[in-house]
Amino acid sequence: MSETLLSVRDLEVEFDTYGGTVKAVRGVSFDVAKGETLAIVGESGCGKSVTVQTLMGLIPMPPGRITNGTATLKDKSILNLPAAEANKFRGVEIGMIFQDPMSSLNPTMTIGDQIAETLRVHRGKSHQEAFGMAIELLEKTHIPEAAKRARQYPFEFSGGMLQRAMIAQSLACNPSILIADEPTTALDVTIQAQILELMLELQRTEDMSIILITHDLAVVARMADRVAVMYAGQVVESGSVDDIFYQSAHPYTLGLKAAMPSNTHDRDKSLTPILGSPPDLFQPPAGCGYCARCPHAMKICAEHLPEITEVGDEHHARCWLQHESAPTIEMLHQAGG
Amino acid sequence: MLVKTEELKKHFHIGRGQILHAVDGISLEIQENEILGLVGESGSGKSTFGKTLIGLHQRTSGQAFYRAEPLPKDFKTADHLRYSKEMQMIFQDPYSSLNPRMTVLDIIGEGLRLQGEHSGKEIRDKVAFWLQRVGLHPDHMSRYPHEFSGGQRQRIGIARAMIIEPKFVVCDEPISALDVSVQAQVINLLDELKQSMGLTLLFIAHDLSMVRYVSDRMAVMYLGALAEVGPANDLFFQPQHPYTQFLIESNPEPDPKMERERAHKPIVGEITSPVNVKPGCRFADRCPQVMDRCRSETPLLIATSENRQVACHLFT
Repeated sequence: MSETLLSVRDLEVEFDTYGGTVKAVRGVSFDVAKGETLAIVGESGCGKSVTVQTLMGLIPMPPGRITNGTATLKDKSILNLPAAEANKFRGVEIGMIFQDPMSSLNPTMTIGDQIAETLRVHRGKSHQEAFGMAIELLEKTHIPEAAKRARQYPFEFSGGMLQRAMIAQSLACNPSILIADEPTTALDVTIQAQILELMLELQRTEDMSIILITHDLAVVARMADRVAVMYAGQVVESGSVDDIFYQSAHPYTLGLKAAMPSNTHDRDKSLTPILGSPPDLFQPPAGCGYCARCPHAMKICAEHLPEITEVGDEHHARCWLQHESAPTIEMLHQAGG
Repeated sequence: MLVKTEELKKHFHIGRGQILHAVDGISLEIQENEILGLVGESGSGKSTFGKTLIGLHQRTSGQAFYRAEPLPKDFKTADHLRYSKEMQMIFQDPYSSLNPRMTVLDIIGEGLRLQGEHSGKEIRDKVAFWLQRVGLHPDHMSRYPHEFSGGQRQRIGIARAMIIEPKFVVCDEPISALDVSVQAQVINLLDELKQSMGLTLLFIAHDLSMVRYVSDRMAVMYLGALAEVGPANDLFFQPQHPYTQFLIESNPEPDPKMERERAHKPIVGEITSPVNVKPGCRFADRCPQVMDRCRSETPLLIATSENRQVACHLFT
């Protein structure tokens, strides 16, 4: 693996609410290498967005709280920084784009001014110089008539164009990492293809790493070098994109794959849904978070949190079935249990 | 044939004399006991078509038929009562489509209550039956929508439509708001209900892989008009209309090796405005194979084989 840029270890984040304390992130570790794309996959409520928002310092504290863990970017810690320190790397070292560009941009400022603001604040450029650079950034994201569009407001942009503008803004300070939180979920498949293509192009030209948060396995297949699958606040499986798709080790990863039709899935074969719903993170289970929905659950799964087991080269799964003394799935089902 | 439209149009006046051509002349037949998948980008008019078809919008012109019987242009209360026994709808957003101040019993039982032919006890029993049928518990009927997850709410929406025992159901993006693991549950449920009740479905969605999987036939809409209609697998694997080709090329496959191997050339531009549409092919500005006549002459939907139709001058 090439040089590690970002390293997250044992991150735990919880929130105080009226209903109690939600343990949203329960010990997440991952690395991001220079120039690679890491996809973090999981369904709503699995903690994928909270994880990256914590890294960006975007979680309000309180009610949020980091109870454990470290995150280092280029060997510098980025958690629990004072505001002034945080502002020096947020948007500079790490850029971020969001699912809904319409609500992430200021509706009362022109697109060009919003991008220029980033450059004025972080780079100390004059307004005029910053606005000129904003136009260049819009051109870089292939927005036609960039000079004219820079003077327009967000409501005058379509969803796809807004996402391009957001990407332009996130690139303003040449970040080494771009975090994209469900960047194409709100877009049509044709516009999604354009935005994904643009992200891959910019990754090459700007030499960036990308952390892509998504629930869509097809987008993962298109974009990722490595994948971390999250469930109930934990990474349950991580590895290269090929390991995750072709050598899936965790029953949840297998379940996700079986639940969606491939393009050649036969009409006569019904899909295999994952029954039940994710655990209540107010009272996280003592054992494996997936235990209640897992078709292969054993007694130990409900009682003890599985260890992280190496199942291949840089391929890990948090599952008792991967433990050296575990039975195979076939043995388990023959024994009736 | 169960449902049929002829040149169905729905225009909206949006002020300053401007007209939005949401649905602009759709002629489509839906056979009994088939699932017709309707796909298209946002703004293509697919939801408006579904709603106009079952009388939730008043159509601007054209004809709609149910079992060869012409449907009224303007649905009065009596028409709604009559046709809602036959035609129902499942909505996209399981949050905004359930009244937060009504219990599940009232929500699911409302259709039966309005028909005025069932006693309170009958309605209760039927609601209990349908809650079980969609995988919920009869005890849930005294609860309110906010007590349920998205997937459970979508099941409530399905029970509300199915309790009427309709023949035809318009499913407007029934799974878009759901997580992948739950999508499969809802799809399997719809499929099973289709088999057991002999339902006919108009399945509106933008997830092409899912529509191909679910549907018997597929129809592609672009800017209020049909681009292509055909059997789902034929249309998906051998698309004829240049727009269908782009749509399917844009659709990523959950398979990294295939994604690395296939060519990626995303379609340029975006869907244009459906306001004051120009004559000619609606896709002309984005089409790589555009010809002169595409900009002046509107292509008609013509049969290219026994069961396929395409609206493109390349085929005329």
